[in-house]
Amino acid sequence: MADARGLVKRRAGARLWLSAGWLVLLVLVALFAPLLAPQDPLMQDLFAARLPPFWASGADPNFPLGTDSLGRDVLSRIMYGARVALSVALIAGILTCVIGSVLGLIAGYFRGWPDVVISRLVDIWMAFPPVLFSILLIAVMGTGLGSIIIAVVVIDWTRFARVIRAEAMSQGAMDYVASAQVSGRKRFSIMLTEILPNVMPTIVVLLTLEMGIAVIVEAILSFVNLSISTDDPTWGSMIAEGRLSIHQAWWVLVFPLIALFLTVLSLSQLGEGLKDRFDPVLR
Amino acid sequence: MSDDVIYEIENLRLSFPDMAHKPLFGAAPRIEILKGIDMRIARGDVVGIVGGSGSGKSTLGRAMIRLLEPDSGSIRFNGQDITHLEETALRPMRRRFQMIFQDPMSSLNPRQTVGSIIAGPLKLQGFDRVSARVDQALDHVGLPRRFRSRYPHELSGGQRQRVGIARAIATEPDFILADEIVSGLDVSSQAQVLNLLEQLVRELGLTLAFISHDLSVIRRLCQRTMVLYRGEVVEYRDTRALFEAPEAEYTRELLDAIPLPDLEQVWA
Amino acid sequence: MSFLTIENLNARVGTAPILRDVSLSVEAGEVRGLVGESGAGKSMIGKAVLGTLPTAVEIESGRIVLDGEDLQALKPRDRRRVIGAKAALIPQDPLTALNPSRRVGPQITNRLVDILGWTRADAGHRAAELLDEVSIPDPERVMRAYPHELSGGMRQRILIASAFAAEPKLIIADEPTTALDVTVQKQILRLIRQMQARHGTALLFVTHDLGVVSKVCQSLTVLFGGMVLEDTRVEQFFARPGHPYSAALLAATPKYTDPDASLTPVPDAVIAGVEAEIEAHDRMHGHV
Repeated sequence: MADARGLVKRRAGARLWLSAGWLVLLVLVALFAPLLAPQDPLMQDLFAARLPPFWASGADPNFPLGTDSLGRDVLSRIMYGARVALSVALIAGILTCVIGSVLGLIAGYFRGWPDVVISRLVDIWMAFPPVLFSILLIAVMGTGLGSIIIAVVVIDWTRFARVIRAEAMSQGAMDYVASAQVSGRKRFSIMLTEILPNVMPTIVVLLTLEMGIAVIVEAILSFVNLSISTDDPTWGSMIAEGRLSIHQAWWVLVFPLIALFLTVLSLSQLGEGLKDRFDPVLR
Repeated sequence: MSDDVIYEIENLRLSFPDMAHKPLFGAAPRIEILKGIDMRIARGDVVGIVGGSGSGKSTLGRAMIRLLEPDSGSIRFNGQDITHLEETALRPMRRRFQMIFQDPMSSLNPRQTVGSIIAGPLKLQGFDRVSARVDQALDHVGLPRRFRSRYPHELSGGQRQRVGIARAIATEPDFILADEIVSGLDVSSQAQVLNLLEQLVRELGLTLAFISHDLSVIRRLCQRTMVLYRGEVVEYRDTRALFEAPEAEYTRELLDAIPLPDLEQVWA
Repeated sequence: MSFLTIENLNARVGTAPILRDVSLSVEAGEVRGLVGESGAGKSMIGKAVLGTLPTAVEIESGRIVLDGEDLQALKPRDRRRVIGAKAALIPQDPLTALNPSRRVGPQITNRLVDILGWTRADAGHRAAELLDEVSIPDPERVMRAYPHELSGGMRQRILIASAFAAEPKLIIADEPTTALDVTVQKQILRLIRQMQARHGTALLFVTHDLGVVSKVCQSLTVLFGGMVLEDTRVEQFFARPGHPYSAALLAATPKYTDPDASLTPVPDAVIAGVEAEIEAHDRMHGHV
């Protein structure tokens, strides 16, 4: 047993460090983009349009990952795009998590009428088609970072509420909850001290998955031109533009795609890794 | 045994909704688990409650310490009627009746250390010198004080159950309910926990209700024994008398079905 | 002749040995108890014979011979076929051993159809006969029932019927009554004994309960830490246990007929003694 656990732990460790490494790098890049970016991400130069990445012939070392059809530097745009991606991931992820988890905990542990109200609300909410819902929301609120975040939260809180409710219900049936009641602990306090720590690993996993989803949602909305103004570089809008010139300049499409892919993958791996850290049995 | 009665239970009835037979619309029918239980426990008594699955023994125990609310009948604890008391009114009384659970793995929060598990009820009930009392409780159950910083999964099954016992005795309760507390343990740790319980009963003068399906354990530990069958009391008498001359057919059946580790009778 | 012979079986998880040179045999018509506390490896032996070991467990060396066939020497497909035809399991938990979303009948007949190639109709007749044999009233109705509609004892009877269905030479019963009430346990144990005697099956009975051993077994093997400590006849064992650990286990088991006997937990010295034996064994085999 001990040996098998050790193995699991080591493997989770490598995954955790790799994905955390990528995310830390991304955060630093996003924070210091003005200092780190080799070029102004908005500066157009039609004479330097569609320059290839550094290893290809005809590359310009000032534009290491090449330029797009308007001559803007791809690397710099990815770096600035990370700012939008990370803001959406963090703010939308955390807001979704807090709202959904609190409602899920209350429904799952207190049961009774709070459960009936919250569960019905979740059921009704989930009957709306999410993509139409988000497009409608943005049509009403206008484009912008805030709208995207609200769209993610409004659509995805049900995911947390459902999973955390089920988890809280199964924890609520455990004897240590009965034992806390025998000790004279208040219901609300039992929820925080007995239930919450034991659903924490699930919350962490869901949170990181949600952050990945938020990044993807932002990209999709940029892709259909419903995100923030087209001037600000976002990964989604880069991918959308790159699609048009895929045969002449593949790098405009591929590099932001790689950044998106690595970020979403790292977030989900980080969640799995952190889950083990939160589990005292595996720690 | 004294005449000082700690528990007085009269015509206790309790039912659960039967979700398996719930009609599509409307409320589920109710299954009656306890069908009018009468019981008195005197201070200092060790009472065994025995029965098969579906006898209602655990439900009775949980009603006694008001983890469940009965439908009707009455439970008087130290003379006070607690049958339908609200949780807020029960809370200050909770230090006086404690419980030890069947499965120490699920009754000890895996995310708390042994020290904070035992300190929990003490803090909630406003005791002073919490740290000293935790040490004292660990001493009583024969666990080293350094175990305070351990997590439940780092202990053996027998040690975990000792932590459960330490938590229950820490608030110096008048009454402890022990629900199948040795049935999940190996024979060797079972003997240790039983010996410990006997010793604590002697030293601390505990009043104990001991729920078990194992008659050999009950015979050893308890002065009085209640046999339950499908929510009704079959017999409630002095343990020795009950074992030596069982009055009810069901008690005889129960005794006869126990596989004793000897060669006197082979089943074939 | 032995239906089952295990010779010097060694198994480990990672680098930790869990079975240490286990040897035992079960003769035709014999009921052998496999006794130990949790972690003794008793269930692992049953799983090794049935080929249902968890993937983390690796068999290092040793032979398992089932009715003349050396299982380790067979290709995995042939091994499964041999085991399926010659051995069967009565599992511990009658609740999870039956699929809750399928009717009982097909769950019994499947073995007959899959392993022995019977027709559905023949298998159905045989299943009804077997249910009758394990004293289930109205077998036709029970075969159409779903598991949750039946009591625990009833479900365990069905699993017993299903184990005997294909007339195996060996049945492994893995703690088959721990989930049952004592009164039901007695009926089920009697039933297993009767079926075993009638069909001449060899029975390997895995249990932690010495009381159960004394009532149903003829011989027993005592295990600790994956090592055989004692291999003896039941009469011999209860009269004069051959290993200090066996004696200590007996002394730690309460008996309602003898309430005043002092209950002695297994002394630390005895455990230390057994652990020293294990260590010596591991050193000899280069595990340390």
